[in-house]
Amino acid sequence: MKTLNRRDFGVAVAAAILLPATHARADDMDVHIDNFVFQPAELTVKVGTTVTWTNRDDIPHTVVAAGKFRSKTLDTDDKFSFTFTNAGDYKYFCSLHPHMTGMIKVE
Amino acid sequence: MSGHDHGDDGVSRRKVLECMTWAGTGVLWTITGGVPRSLGIIDSAEAATAAAPGMTFLQISDSHVGFDKPANPNALGTLEEAVNKINTMPAKPSFMIHTGDITHLSKAAEFDNADRIISQSKLDVHYVPGEHDFLDEDVKFYRERYGRGTKGQGWYSFDAGGVHFVGLVNVVDLKAGGLGNLGAEQLAWLEDDLRGKSKSTPIVLFAHIPLWTVYPEWGWGTEDGGRALEYVKGFGSVTVLNGHIHQVMQKVEGNVTFHTARSTAFPQPAPGAAPSPGPMKVEDARLRSMLGVASINFKQNEQRLAIIDTPLQG
Repeated sequence: MKTLNRRDFGVAVAAAILLPATHARADDMDVHIDNFVFQPAELTVKVGTTVTWTNRDDIPHTVVAAGKFRSKTLDTDDKFSFTFTNAGDYKYFCSLHPHMTGMIKVE
Repeated sequence: MSGHDHGDDGVSRRKVLECMTWAGTGVLWTITGGVPRSLGIIDSAEAATAAAPGMTFLQISDSHVGFDKPANPNALGTLEEAVNKINTMPAKPSFMIHTGDITHLSKAAEFDNADRIISQSKLDVHYVPGEHDFLDEDVKFYRERYGRGTKGQGWYSFDAGGVHFVGLVNVVDLKAGGLGNLGAEQLAWLEDDLRGKSKSTPIVLFAHIPLWTVYPEWGWGTEDGGRALEYVKGFGSVTVLNGHIHQVMQKVEGNVTFHTARSTAFPQPAPGAAPSPGPMKVEDARLRSMLGVASINFKQNEQRLAIIDTPLQG
């Protein structure tokens, strides 16, 4: 059980690291939800960038930045996208599991 | 006797202090709960219920109807097994409480399926919501079904067999970086609800997320749960029943017994034993030993309620 989890975790981390290189369009960025964690937890992007969150857990999550954006409930493999048109720090969290937090820094 | 009676205008400061001293030591409540009636120190309300036989009620939790992932492809099926198990219990329980996450995604069909199976127990069921029950766009499916007669987001209290039951909602308006949340409105209601209750009245608080801090790293606790526990401090017998963490955990602190029930859908890892609190896949043969229900028995003059956790198998 433990071995399996660690391997899954390793695969998830590797995937998150590889992502930027696999992207064709420079203005698209991805955040994955794995094991109740936003990965990467902090992401710096340029104004005009679209960020897409994908839930890869077996449990639903949400992506919520108070007053800025709010996803619907994301079931397994569901996605949510938001285009950042203004610079600033966007702190967000999962409203179902509020210990899950992340930030998009828009420059 | 309850603390607030002595706080009324016209009661001397000395008397108030006297009462506080008693409450603070906890001695009075221990005596009330543990000593035979012949000593004549039990108030009339308790004497009246003392003759009643023990009462048993059930707790089921986290049925996650609609869940179909590898950890349990058929959560509706294991809920039905749990209800069948309840139906074969030798003594019929008085009623049942469900501590939330009835459904996985708050879909109407999931609520309907849950109700179809749970109603086969032919027991009254008192629900509180889990975060999985408030996911529909208008947050109306749970409230339409189970919110009638409740306050605020769905909290309420009732009395049964001499015990005062309080159903609380701690899955709404959660704050970034925080834990479960009761909120000021609910806490004010709770304080008011308990006001005037005899301190010898056994209290059962039930809510989805543990009211005590089990493991904050995974969000297993309630930000302002300590406030609720303050309000029940003077009571001789307090039992706190929760779900959410899909495993049995128990702690006794003074007069308060904390207990969490198994899920009927899928197990979750012990705190910190895995990278996340998500569904734990175990071998098929072990699954049913990690799912189950809890049966709680209350006998007058026994301070602690007896809790028996029964797995679906083994």
